[in-house]
Order: sequence, then structure tokens, then C-alpha cells
Amino acid sequence: MEIQTMTTAELALHGSHHAPPKGLMRWLTTTNHKDIGTMYLVFSLVMFFIGGIMILLVRAELFQPGMQIMRPELFNQLIGVHALVMIFMALMPAATGFANWMIPLMIGAPDMALPRLNNWSFWLLPPAAALLLMPFALALFGVGSGAIATGWTFYAPLSVQDGMGLDFAILAIHLLGVSSVMGSINIIVTIFNLRAPGMTFMKLPLFAWGWLITAFMLVAAIPVLAGAVTMLLTDRHFGTHFFNAGGGGDPILFQHLFWFFGHPEVYIVLFPVWGMTPHILSAFARKPVYGYRAQVYAFWVIGVLSVAVWGHHIMTSGMSTGALLYFMYSTMSISLPLSVLFFCWIATLWRGAMTFEAPMLFALGMIVLFGIGGLTGLVLADAAADAQYHHSYFVVAHFHYTLFAGGIMGIMAGVYFWLPKMTGHMIDETLAKWHFWLTAVAFNVTFLPQFFLGLAGMPRRIPDYALQFTEFNMVSSIGAFILGAAQLLFLTVVVKCIRGGPPAPAKVWDGAEGLEWTVPSPPPHHTFQTRPVVGQ
Amino acid sequence: MSVGRATSILLGGLAVFGPAPAQATLTWNLPTPATPLALDTLHVHNTFMAITLAIFFVVFAIMIYSIVNHRKSRNHAPASFTGPGTAAQIFWTLIPFFILVFIDFIVMGIPAYHSVVVMQDTRTDADMVVKVTGSQWKWQYEYPEEGIKFVSSLATPQAQLDGQAAKGEHYLREVDNPLVLPVGKKVRILLTSTDVIHTWWVPQFGTKRDAIPGFIRETWATIVQPGIYRGQCAELCGKGHGFMPVVVQAVTEPEYRQWVAQKKAEQAAQAAGAQRTWPRDELMKHGQEIYGKICIVCHQPNGQGIPGTFPALAGSKLVNGPFLDAAGRLVKDGHLDRVMNGKPGTAMQAFKATLSDSDIAAVVTFERNSFGNKMGDMVQPAQVKALR
Repeated sequence: MEIQTMTTAELALHGSHHAPPKGLMRWLTTTNHKDIGTMYLVFSLVMFFIGGIMILLVRAELFQPGMQIMRPELFNQLIGVHALVMIFMALMPAATGFANWMIPLMIGAPDMALPRLNNWSFWLLPPAAALLLMPFALALFGVGSGAIATGWTFYAPLSVQDGMGLDFAILAIHLLGVSSVMGSINIIVTIFNLRAPGMTFMKLPLFAWGWLITAFMLVAAIPVLAGAVTMLLTDRHFGTHFFNAGGGGDPILFQHLFWFFGHPEVYIVLFPVWGMTPHILSAFARKPVYGYRAQVYAFWVIGVLSVAVWGHHIMTSGMSTGALLYFMYSTMSISLPLSVLFFCWIATLWRGAMTFEAPMLFALGMIVLFGIGGLTGLVLADAAADAQYHHSYFVVAHFHYTLFAGGIMGIMAGVYFWLPKMTGHMIDETLAKWHFWLTAVAFNVTFLPQFFLGLAGMPRRIPDYALQFTEFNMVSSIGAFILGAAQLLFLTVVVKCIRGGPPAPAKVWDGAEGLEWTVPSPPPHHTFQTRPVVGQ
Repeated sequence: MSVGRATSILLGGLAVFGPAPAQATLTWNLPTPATPLALDTLHVHNTFMAITLAIFFVVFAIMIYSIVNHRKSRNHAPASFTGPGTAAQIFWTLIPFFILVFIDFIVMGIPAYHSVVVMQDTRTDADMVVKVTGSQWKWQYEYPEEGIKFVSSLATPQAQLDGQAAKGEHYLREVDNPLVLPVGKKVRILLTSTDVIHTWWVPQFGTKRDAIPGFIRETWATIVQPGIYRGQCAELCGKGHGFMPVVVQAVTEPEYRQWVAQKKAEQAAQAAGAQRTWPRDELMKHGQEIYGKICIVCHQPNGQGIPGTFPALAGSKLVNGPFLDAAGRLVKDGHLDRVMNGKPGTAMQAFKATLSDSDIAAVVTFERNSFGNKMGDMVQPAQVKALR
């Protein structure tokens, strides 16, 4: 094929006549994948702190028995909105931000395939956040009773009873869903059509592979959630009885629909992290990724299994013995492809020449702590023992080991890994290392006691508790406040890196491989207008 | 890693996860089992925890070994392999995979299968049935064979929640009327709900099952030792979710028979009470008790409710309006109708399902003559009985 080439001067000229508009209009109208990626990441960071402040209020209330700082109504709102904010507005946009920034750079594409759709995908998020959070403000002015108070799971009939905060949440979910599906379609189309010449699917970087599976899962699962919450909306306002036994409906139908989305959602959040982990391990072990093919196949197997195991979230709802056994064994079988990933990660480290910069520390911390989340998941799969763990703090601890350690700490590894590429400045390693060690220790101080609380019989989502749970709750609250404070260090490192610092070379980390490390740091506004050719 | 070290880790894991004494602080494991089901669950849990701890330590010991030895600062030269090369290497990479298959479906899968089958078998050799109905935010217990039915709700005073009184030993886990069950009998527990989903949970029974409005779910318990067993609602069910304890008092068979006889006599006396005409003072006094137990959670001690969420009773049009029409029928959406039949889609439930005739008569009388409401009228238990 014909290869175009441009001199540096020509490129600069090109850049100048395409110079983006200044100020707010630049960000409102941009179709540039790097700008949109940046907006996703900034949005995610802001929402991460908003969701964090909410849960610190909750942990303050739970510091000791008795009702001290809030009423149960507000408590119920904070726990649910914390979850919705963290999952839909912190974790998912962070992953999408990286997809926007890195996938075109990694596959040698000039931009995403559908740039205007990309702009719209992002700009649906701020209105969604406003809708979800507005009821808190409205309640201050005496309008309505506050935000959604049912937990993030919307279980009917509690959600049929709830105030108008729930309608706001449903509309927010719709906007988020539209945004996610459009973003996913964009990523699928980009990966299928814009790969550099020579980059076959089995040469696709694992981060792009992880995101491709996430995108397919989003397209499959989000419409089910959208349908479920729309049925809820019509039950609330138009007299339908989808979830009302009195009218021939079934409350458990809602749980099936919700978790048909909800379980893939866990992997939707984690696949981008599992995709970036081998890049980081390989860079800092100075050794090629181990078992590339095995990891790709494991991704596919987990993606397919993820839509077939949802019942393990509702094992106490009174399913038949056959259904319990099916969901138990199918859930256990997820440990098999996951073990392949763990094996490949450790084998990538094995006999390397490791150094331990902040991205590597976060990746290793993620592997160990996510290991605890995975193993407790294996125990939770047992339908008989699950009768003890279900609805208890054991589950709360379990999913924070998967979603905070596996999700957020993985994202932080990615931030420290790629931020120098994006800004052109190296990060402050000392502060970033402090951030890692404070986060890892405080995380365990927060969540390890919650396993024991759950075993002792403390249910989730209670604003006040029996005296026997006091000590572990105090420890957990102290851990949570240190964990929250440690994230201010994260903010400091990120802001410092954006504002300045030692210049970063094109290849920021000496062991890193891939097309993204062939462009300058920071990359020019437009990259790969000349398509690179991937060798044999 | 040596076999000896793996064994010691396994044993260490088991020692840490021995059963813990109930109600003690800083417990590290499931509480002491009170039923065969809970004992089985504890065994399964301990075995699985030991296995997963062993996997955790073995896998991460390998990783930590690599982190310590294969580092640049020790001048370790990086290898360049990208996968298993020889047939022998492929064999050794498949070994851990098949160990996991064996652990998942044989070591863990078979005991789990048996536990699930036992947990699900609520009917074989069941000696008696108890029906448990969840309502926001209390439990109703019914013994169909004995014709006994009563409501069990939180007994902890509000002052303890607000920190104005010292918290008692069983703070938030004490009720006015516990569920009384005989030991040594297989009790089949039927569960349902009148409003939203609740979950009936006593950790020492090793069982937890959702109570779903419009459906019957079931579980079972055979309590071995007499004693008092405490738990609480485990499914978020609204603002009172944390204040909905389950207390079960297990007694010997003769004590149980005695309790049944006593409870039946009480209910007969209550039914007789519904036939007579109550004086105003008695209605007001009983009404205040019922209000303090049931209504106060939403409508608040001063009858002002919570603006935007729970309507005020003080000065309410509904409370200060007629409750019977000229023909003696319920006024639709009148005061008595609202208390007896509830308002669908809200937390206001149909209290005729859980309160007795005298309770309803008394509490309606109380509300019409308190919080500044001065209707001056009364409702008699006999009227409520006739309107059911």
C-alpha cells in the first residue's frame, strides 16, 4: 500500500491550521480522542472524590453504635448513590478515558472511528451525574425526600415505594446506558477497522483485547438494565404490575433482570484493568508478556460465562435446588479462566529483571488483593455457605476487594503508567510510592475486618448495629479515613504531573513495548496520520 | 514450597477458623452452630477457607519469591520466553489448572452438593410449621396448627439509639415478643411479606431466606439446645431496616406446650376484650402504647411526620375527618380505612393484617385525640371487628 510521509514542519503546519477553538468551546465541540479521553479521566477523578466523601460520612456514622450524625433515610441514600457514582461515574469513565487515549495510539489509528459519537458519549455523563445527585440538593429546599434510597440495586417493591429520587436515578441510568453503549460501539468499530496494517487480531495489544470484550458485554447487558428500570418506571407511575405479585408480576423477576446486567458489569469494570496489567508487568519485568494467546482465550471464556452466572447474586431468594446447583457450579467454573490470567501474570514476572516504580507497585498490589477477592468469590459460590455470607458484610468486603483493589487500584496503576505519556512530564515517584503504601495498608485495615463482621452476623446496609460489632467497625472506619486521605496524595501527584516535572521521553519506561511509545510525550494533537506498519 | 510448610499453613488456617463463642466481641468466624444445618455450614466454610488460604499462600509465595530474586537491582538478566515451549513445559503449566478443576468440582463441589440438598429439604420429617411474615419494620409469627398469631418488634427504646440512655446488652437485638420454638423438632419455616422484600436471618441457624410479598418461600431449623438466638432482617427494606430484629427463644417440649396454652388463653382474653365496650381512658392508654411501637417510626413522636416523606397526623385532614359514613360503612380514604387497609405503593401498610381489633380501635382513637387533634370521638374494637 501507499505510505504517506510528512516532515515535521508539514506536521506542525497541519496542526496549526487545525488548531482547536480555545476555552470552553474547545472541550464542548472536540472530536479529538485525546481531548475526550482527558475529559473522561477528569470527570472520573471528580466523581471518585464525590463518591468517596459520601462513604466517609457513612463510615463516620458507623464508627460507633447509635445514631449520631444522620437519619437512616439519608444513610440509605448515601450507600446507594456511593455505589452508583463509583461504578458508573468513576470506574467506567476512567476505563473509557484510557480506551479513548490509548487504543488509537496502541493500534496505530489516527483517532476513534466515530469522533462525533465519541463527543456525545462523554457529554451525556455530566447531565447523568447532575440527575443522580440533584435530589440531594432539592431535598434541602424541601422538594422531595432526597436521592434514591434503595441501594444501587433498585430492588422492587422497595423501589416502587421510594420517593422521586428514584425517578431521577432511573433517568440517570438511561443516560449512562446510552453513553456506554455508544462508547462501546465506537471502540468495537475502531478496533475492527482502524488497526494499523499488519496488526492482526492476534497481535492486538491485550488492553485493546480486554476493552473489546468489555464493549461486547456492555452492548449485551446494558439494554437489559435499561429494560428493567423502564419496567420499574411504568410500575411506579403507569399502573403496570411487572414486579407486583398482586397484579400477576414477580418481585424476583426484577432481581433476575438486574443481575443479568449486574454480573457482567463486574467484568465490564475489570476487563480493561486485566488488559492493562500485562502491559505494566511486562514493562517493569523487562520481559515479553507470557501466554498472550491463553490470556485472549481466557478473556473470551470469562466474557461468555459472565452472562450465565447471575443467579449467584440471589441465592437466598428461594430458587429451586436445580437452579442453585447450576449457578453454584457455573460460578465456580469462572475460577478456571481467571486462574489462567493469574498464572500468566506471575509467569510474566518470573525470571524478569524487575524494578518497582509506582505503576508496578499498584499492579502487584492489585494482583494480590484482587486474589483475595477472587478466592472469597469461590467460597461465596457455594450455595449452602452463601446462606451465611449473603446480605452480610462478608459480601461487602468481597466486592471491595474485587472492585477497589481489582478495579480502582488497577486504574491507578494505569494512571501512573500512562500519565507521563499524556502530559510529557514524569510523575513524582516518592509521593506516588507513599500513595501506594498508604492505600494498600489502609485498604486492608478498612475491609479485612468486614469479613469478620459478616461472619459474626452483621447485615449490610444497616445504619446502626448491635454492640458486638463495635470494635471491628471502629477499625474499619479508621482505615476508611486514612484510605480517603491517601487519595489526596493521588490528586497531588496527578496535578503536579500535569503542571510540570522532568520531561518524559517518548519511551517513558525502558521496558515498555508498543506503538504508543513511538510517538512523543506528550503526543501531538494528531497522531498516526501516517499509518505505521506493524512488522512480522 | 515444601509439603511440610503447606501442611502447617493448612493447620494454621484451621486453628484461626475454629468456631467462635456466640455474642463475644472480636469473633473471627461464624457463630456457634445451633442447628445441624449451621454445623454443616461451618464445616463447609472452614474447609473452603483452609483450601483458599492454602491456594493464596502457595500462589503468592511463588510471586514473592520471584519479586525478591528476579529484580534488576540484583542484576538478574531477564529471560525472553513467552509461553511453554516443550511438551514437558506444557504439561507442567496444565498441572495447576487441573488441580483447580479437582478442587472446584470434587473437593469443594461434592460437600457443597450435599449441603445444598440438605438445606433445601424443608419437608422430610418436619414436625411443625411456623409462618413468618415480614412487614416494615417488624415480624409477624403464626402457628397455624395452634391458631396463635402475634407481632414481634424492636424493644430497644429510642433514647438508647439517640445516645440519651446507656445502651443495653442486647441493643437492637431485643424484641417484645420472641418467636418461641421447641428444641429437637424440625420446624418448617414459611416466609412471606406484606410490603417489600425482607430477609429472615438467625446466624446460628445457618439459614437465611428472603420473605417476598405475594409468594411463600421456606426454610427449616432443628434447634439442638434451649436458649435465646438473635439475628435481624438482612435485606434493605427501608428506613427501619436496621431496627427489625429476630429473636428466637428455644425451650424444651413441656415448656413449649405450656407457652402454647398460655398464649391461647391470652388470645381468647383479647378476643373477649374486643366484644366489650372500652372506656375512653383505656382506649387512649392502649392506643398510645401501640402508637409508640408501630406508628412512631414514620409519623414521629410529635405526630408531625417527616415533610416530603411521611405525612403529619397533627392537623391532618384525613385524621380530622369522618371515618364512618351514615350507613356505618368505612369512608373510603378515611382515617380508619387508611389504618386498616393501608395505602398501596407506600410504607403505609394494611394494619388489619397485623394488629388486633382492640389495637386498631385504640390507636385510631388515640390519633384523633392527640397532637392537637380534638375530634372527641372513639372507635370501639367491636366496630373494627365488624368492618374486617
